[in-house]
Amino acid sequence: MNQQADTLTLEGLSVELAETAQALVKDVAIHLRAGEIFALVGESGSGKSITSLAAMRLLPDALRVGSGRALMGDTDLFALPEARMQTVRGRRMAMIFQNPMSALNPVQTVFRQVAETLRLHTALRGAALRDRVASLLEEVGIPDPRQRMGFYPHQLSGGQQQRIMIAMALACEPEVLIADEPTTALDVTIQKQVLELIRELARSRRLAVLLITHDMGVVRQTADRVGVMYRGRIIEEASVASFFDAPKEDYSQRLIDALPGQDAFLPPVQAAPLLEVRDVKVHFPVRGGLLRRVQDVTRAVDGVSLTLARGETFALVGESGSGKSTLGRAILGLEAASAGEIHFDGTRIDGLDRAARQAFRRRIQVIFQNPYSSMNPRMAIGAIIAEGMLSLGVEASQDRREARVRALLERVRLPADCARRYPHELSGGQLQRVAIARALAVDPELIICDEPTSALDVSIRADVLALLAELQREDGVAMLFITHDLSIVPGLAHRVGVMRHGLLVETGEAERVLTAPEHPYTRELLAAVPRVNR
Amino acid sequence: MKPVILWSDALIFLLVAALVLFFWRLRRDPQARERWRQVFASRLGMAAFTVIVAYVGVALLDSLHFRRALPPPEGVTTDEVFYDNQVTSVLDTLTAGMGERFERTYSAPFALRSFEKQTLKDEAGNTVRDFPPLRHAGASLDDPEDKWADVARRSAVALAWGLALAALLILPQWWLLRRSALPWGSSWWVQGVLACTAVWLVSISRHYHVLGTDLGGTDVLYQSLKGIRTGVLIGALSTLVMLPIAVTLGVSAGYFKGWVDDVVQYLYTTLSSIPGILLIAAAVLLFQVYIDLNPDAFPTGLEKADAKFIALCFILGVTSWSTLCRLIRAETLKISQLGYVQAAHAFGVSHGRILARHILPNTVHIILITFVLDFSALVLAEAVLSYIGVGVDPSMGSWGNMINGARSELSREPAIWWTLSGAFLFMFLLVLPANLFADLVRDAFDPRTRLGPEAA
Repeated sequence: MNQQADTLTLEGLSVELAETAQALVKDVAIHLRAGEIFALVGESGSGKSITSLAAMRLLPDALRVGSGRALMGDTDLFALPEARMQTVRGRRMAMIFQNPMSALNPVQTVFRQVAETLRLHTALRGAALRDRVASLLEEVGIPDPRQRMGFYPHQLSGGQQQRIMIAMALACEPEVLIADEPTTALDVTIQKQVLELIRELARSRRLAVLLITHDMGVVRQTADRVGVMYRGRIIEEASVASFFDAPKEDYSQRLIDALPGQDAFLPPVQAAPLLEVRDVKVHFPVRGGLLRRVQDVTRAVDGVSLTLARGETFALVGESGSGKSTLGRAILGLEAASAGEIHFDGTRIDGLDRAARQAFRRRIQVIFQNPYSSMNPRMAIGAIIAEGMLSLGVEASQDRREARVRALLERVRLPADCARRYPHELSGGQLQRVAIARALAVDPELIICDEPTSALDVSIRADVLALLAELQREDGVAMLFITHDLSIVPGLAHRVGVMRHGLLVETGEAERVLTAPEHPYTRELLAAVPRVNR
Repeated sequence: MKPVILWSDALIFLLVAALVLFFWRLRRDPQARERWRQVFASRLGMAAFTVIVAYVGVALLDSLHFRRALPPPEGVTTDEVFYDNQVTSVLDTLTAGMGERFERTYSAPFALRSFEKQTLKDEAGNTVRDFPPLRHAGASLDDPEDKWADVARRSAVALAWGLALAALLILPQWWLLRRSALPWGSSWWVQGVLACTAVWLVSISRHYHVLGTDLGGTDVLYQSLKGIRTGVLIGALSTLVMLPIAVTLGVSAGYFKGWVDDVVQYLYTTLSSIPGILLIAAAVLLFQVYIDLNPDAFPTGLEKADAKFIALCFILGVTSWSTLCRLIRAETLKISQLGYVQAAHAFGVSHGRILARHILPNTVHIILITFVLDFSALVLAEAVLSYIGVGVDPSMGSWGNMINGARSELSREPAIWWTLSGAFLFMFLLVLPANLFADLVRDAFDPRTRLGPEAA
C-alpha cells in the first residue's frame, strides 16, 4: 500500500502570522493515501488544526501560508484561484468539525443542509436528490432516514448530529476527508461508534482521512499512520503499530505514557463514613404557559444513595446529562435536593440555611472542570486563593494568609511569584493547580472534583491527577471524583459508581467494577474506552 | 463679584471629578491599563480624545458662574454692593465680550451691514431704506474695501499669538512625556490647531461676527460656544442618571433571578413599549407647569432654565436605561454560571461581596462601551428634542435651539445658512470624535471583537 500514489500531499508547509511573519507551523509534510487514516496528534496550540485549515485554504485572516505546496494529483491547491478552490472544497475535499452543534445551521432541516452541497456540485434535483440524501443518511447509520430528513438539528442527539456532518462531508464523494477532533464533544460510547463509522467509510469508499486528535487512545484504535506534532513541527511519523511499540522521540513516549495504566488498582479503604447520600433526588421544574406554572419536572438526579469514607476517592462515572455534576452540586448546597437526605460527618446538611451551611463550606470544597472560567480574570492568583480563607475566617491576619498562600503554591508546585500574577498569564494546567490550592486553602475534609482534567491536554492531565493522588495520600482528604472518562479511574479511585439517567446503576470497588462489570451499561462504557494496548 | 453655583455646575464638576477618580483607580488593574493603552496607542484615539477633552474644558469654563459687581448708582453713597442681574461665566470673560455685541437682527458672517433693510436718515436728513451698518463689525475700517486686508492682518497677528499659546501649552507636556511610547504627537498637533483657532476666533470676533448674527442679533459663534456646555452636560448627566438604574436593576435581575428578574423585565418591557419622545415631552411639560406655579424657588431666569435642563437630563436618563439594563442582565446571567462565582458560593462568600468583587468588575466593559456610545446619541437627542420644542429652555444656548430657530429661515432667498451651519459644525466636531473614540474603546474592551491567533 505504501507504494501507491498519494491522494493529497502537503510539502514544506509553513503557516505564519500575517502581521509579524512569526511561523506557527514549520515545514510540515503530510502524505494522505486512499483508504488510509492518518492521525495528527499533539497538544492544543501545537498547530494541528492550523495545518488542516491551511490544506483547505480556510485560514483566518490573521494567518497566511508562508511557503509550501498542497498537491492533489498534479494541481497545487495553493496556486489555484479562489473560484476554482471552491469546486475543490466539498467536491474533492471535505471537513468535519469538532462541535456538530455549532457547525449545523439550527433553522434548516437536515435534508436541506445535506442537499446543499449536492445542489452546488451535482445536477441532482427533486426525487433523485431525496433518494441520494436518504441513502447517504442510511450509510452513516441514521435509523429511519426518510423521516429524519425533515428533522431540525436540535431534534437529533449529539452523535446523530455528528453523523449528519459526516453525511454532508461525504455527499459529493470526496477523495480526502479532514476530521478535526470529530469526537471530542461526544460521549465515550458515541465516540466509539463515530470512530468506527469513519474507519468503515475510509475502507469502503477508499477515502484518505486526516484525523486530528489529542487522544492517543483514539489514534491507537482508529488510525493507520500517525504524525506527532509539537510546536508547529511534525517530530515523528510512523505506522501506528511501530509507533506504539517503539516511539523514537521522548515527547512521543511521554504522550503514550500519559495514558493512565489500566491494571494497577487501589485497595479499598477501611474508615468511618464521612458522607452519606440517601435516596437523593434533584428535580428541576419545567415552567410554561401564561403564569409560568410548573408543568413538568426534569429528573436530573432521581434517587441516588452512596457513602464515602474518610480518605477515600469515589469516582462517579457517567455520560453527559446523567446527573453526576448535579449530584455534586447538591452535596455542595449549590442545588437544592427535592427529596432524600445528605449527611456529612453525622449531620444532615441538605436544606440548611445560609448561616448554618457556612460551617460546612469549609469542610466541603470543589474543583471545577474549566480552569479558565473558574478564576475571576480580574483578581490576582494570591487573592483568588485567599478568598475562601477570608470569607470562612480560616486565617484572620493578612500576614498569615499570605504565608499560607505561599505554602500552598509550593505544595501544588507553582513558583511563589504566581501570587501576584493574573489568571490569563498562566496555562490551563497551572490554573488547575491554583484551583487545587484554592480548595486546599480552607483544609477541607471532602473535595468534589467535577471533571477537573477533561479540559486539559493529555500530558498535563497525568500531572494533575498525580498531584491529586499525592495530596490525598498526605492529607487523607476524601474525594468525590466526577468524570466521564473510565480510563483514569484505576490508580485514582478506590470505588466507582456508574450513573445513567439520574440513577446509580452500579457501584463497587474499582477493581471489581472495571474487571467484572455486572450492569450491561457499565460493560458498554468499558468497551468504548479507547485503549493503547489492544 | 459674587459666585453663583447652579445645580448643573455642581453636577458637572462632581461628574468630572468622579470620572477622573474612576480612571485613576482603574490604573491599578493591569488588564484595564493594557486596554486603555491600546486605545491611546492609536493616533486617532489620541486626537479624538484631545478634542473631547477640549470640549469638556470649554464646558467646565462655562460652568463657573458669577454675578458682576456693579458700580454704585450715581449720587448714592452706600457700602452695599450691587450685583448685576445677569449671570456671567468665565467663558464669557475669556471670549472678550463676544456675547455682548448685539446687532439689530440677522447679519451674514464677516458682513459690515445688516441683512435686512431699515428706514434710515442720510446726512441730508432724507429718509431712505437701506442696509444699516452693523454696530460691532468693522468699526475701525475707513473704507469697506479694506475689509479682507484687515481680516488678513488681524489673522496674522492672532496666529502669532495662537502659536505662542500653543507653545506654552505643548512645551511642558513635551518635557514631561518625551519618553512616553504613546503617540502624544497627534495630541499636540490637535492642541496646537485648537489653540490657534481659539485665539483667532476670539480676536477676530472683536471686530467682526465670524459666524454672523441670528434673528435677535446675537453672535452665532457665541451661541455655538454656549451650546457646548449644554451638549456635554446633557450627554454626561443623562448617562450618569441612567447608569445606576441600569446597573443595579440589570445586575440584580441577572444574579438573583426569580421574581426580581420578572419585575425588572416587566419594568423595561413596559418602558420600551411607550414611545420615548411622548414620554419625555409629557414629563418636560409637567415640569414646566411646576416651575410656573412656583416662581419663588427660581429667582433668576438662568436658574429657571437650569432647573428645566436638569429635569430634562433626568428624564432622558430615566427613559433610556432599558438597553444597558438588558445587556448587563444577560452578562450577569452568564457570569453567575461561571466557575469562579460557583466557587465563591462554595466558599460561602456573601452576596454583596460576590456582586462587588466578581460580577461588577466583569461587566465594566459593557458599562464603559455604553457610556461612550450613548454620550453622542444623547447629544443628538437634545438637538431633536429642542427642535420639536420640548428640549432645553430657549434662553439657554443649545444647538437644538439654534437649529430650531434656523429651520424656517432656510427657505428665505437669499437663505440664512449660518445659524444652522454653526450649530452643525460644533455638534459634528463633538459627536464625530466621540463616536470614533467609542469605536476604539469597544474594540479594546469587547471580548467579541478581539481577533487574532488565539481566536483561530
